[in-house]
Amino acid sequence: MKISQKDVEHVARLARLTIAPEELSALTEQMDAVLGYVDKLNQLDTDGIEPMAHAVPMSNAFREDDIKPSIGIERALQNAPAAGDNCFTVPKVIE
Amino acid sequence: MNSRYEVVIGLEVHVQLTTKTKIFCGCSKEFGQFPNSQTCPVCLGLPGALPVLSRQVVDDAIRAGLATNCQISPHSIFARKNYFYPDLPKGYQISQFELPICEHGWLDIETQESGKKRLGITRIHMEEDAGKLLHNDGGNSSVDLNRACTPLLEVVSEPDMRSSDEAIAYLKQLHQIVVYLGICDGNLDEGSFRCDANVSIRPWGQEELGTRAELKNLNSFRFIKQAIEYEVERQIDVIDAGEKVVQETRLFDPDAGVSRSMRGKEEAHDYRYFPDPDLLPLQVSDQWVEEVRQQLPEMPTAKRQRYQGEFGLPEYDAGVISAERPLTEYFEALVKIYDQPKICANWVMGDILGALKDKNLSIAQCPITPELLGGILQRIGDNTISGKIAKTVFEDVWKSGKTADQVIEEKGLKQVTDSGAIESIVDEIIAANPDQVAEYRGGKDKLMGFFVGQVMKASKGKANPGMANQLLKKKLAE
Repeated sequence: MKISQKDVEHVARLARLTIAPEELSALTEQMDAVLGYVDKLNQLDTDGIEPMAHAVPMSNAFREDDIKPSIGIERALQNAPAAGDNCFTVPKVIE
Repeated sequence: MNSRYEVVIGLEVHVQLTTKTKIFCGCSKEFGQFPNSQTCPVCLGLPGALPVLSRQVVDDAIRAGLATNCQISPHSIFARKNYFYPDLPKGYQISQFELPICEHGWLDIETQESGKKRLGITRIHMEEDAGKLLHNDGGNSSVDLNRACTPLLEVVSEPDMRSSDEAIAYLKQLHQIVVYLGICDGNLDEGSFRCDANVSIRPWGQEELGTRAELKNLNSFRFIKQAIEYEVERQIDVIDAGEKVVQETRLFDPDAGVSRSMRGKEEAHDYRYFPDPDLLPLQVSDQWVEEVRQQLPEMPTAKRQRYQGEFGLPEYDAGVISAERPLTEYFEALVKIYDQPKICANWVMGDILGALKDKNLSIAQCPITPELLGGILQRIGDNTISGKIAKTVFEDVWKSGKTADQVIEEKGLKQVTDSGAIESIVDEIIAANPDQVAEYRGGKDKLMGFFVGQVMKASKGKANPGMANQLLKKKLAE
């Protein structure tokens, strides 16, 4: 696997990260090194082994359909950078 | 149907479940509450909050899967679908991706144009809804997260539909099924049943699918049909102009009857799904599936067939009555009281549905219970009242909530079956209408209706019409 600068730019854009042009080549090298290291796993023979979706061998944690109190509008909004009319206020979203 | 192009449609339906709480937390999901009043650290996406799956949502998903002929996966997992939008506080939606709970289902539909047809269902998966964005007049938007984390089933069809009519037939049937199951209230206006349509066209005979456009914001069956038809025309125009259809999301504007492209979504399809480490895998045993199967109500198609077979109802009647589950419950309760299904069906479809429509009521609000209506039908059946008087009794029972027997007794509506009493009325009518009698005797048989009418009128509707008819025939022949 070889990570290109284009890959890094693409992932950065998806993650809404701004990367300065001078950082790009260093980050590309680092990302390539990290993924190259993880890529070693592909040398293992995993034929016949079920893919694992979770680190612990457990399944089925449920809650029943019982209403629990909510935390209230005031507390819900207390960390909001901007709020009004019981809502979070965000920059205009254009659809 | 277009002569040059074949239309290909696939549908994605979001079914909002009727659970009391959200899918991953205990907040109420009641509609129409104050913004953000039904939120907690989980549905606000606060750091460190852990989602826990509602067992009821899994039950509902299994129900939907069984009712649409799907295989229920013994092993399924939840995944994160990553994208940024202000109505999605975590920056990802918890959904299912590679291992959904239901796969490989189908529905049989029927349309005038193409007759009976089986349409494939690719998958049904569970996911959480996003919040709601309210667009203000000023330079900002407001976010209400009451809807965030509301449980949804996404039902994805195969691209098997070839016309807007087929798409609508599929949607109506799916809608009927989820409402029958009681897992969705079916309210399109409030967004409880939302549809996205993937539409493409291809030259007849071409195997490969054309480039599709995804239509969003379709909240009524009529708009869905309009939007699909508009999109097909638009794509034909694009291709005829020598251009290429672009893969894009388009928003339908029902007021203008057109759709427009939603810009800036080119990269949005790179969702980087991965298993959500916050949620354990889901194992559904055969036993669980069987338990749910045992609780399934009889579905509309099975009911329709049984009404025709067991009750001998015509196809039309069976279709009307089986359309809504509360109506079937009413009808079946009525047949238990009065074992004449066709007569019961006539009263339910005519008098009951007619009166409900007039008063803008649902069957659940009907003031005449099956027991009360059964009481009326029994009195017609044993000749206590005539069919005509029964209509009066029906109105009285509707208004007063009294039983048929009470109304008949209080108003003295009991049918006159005493032949002497009817005979004297018949004699009076014959004596009072010498002209008509002469015409009748001269061969104008149609006048019998007139005479019976006169007898009924003179008896205030209480004469037994059959007896009046017989006596009139006898006397007029003399």
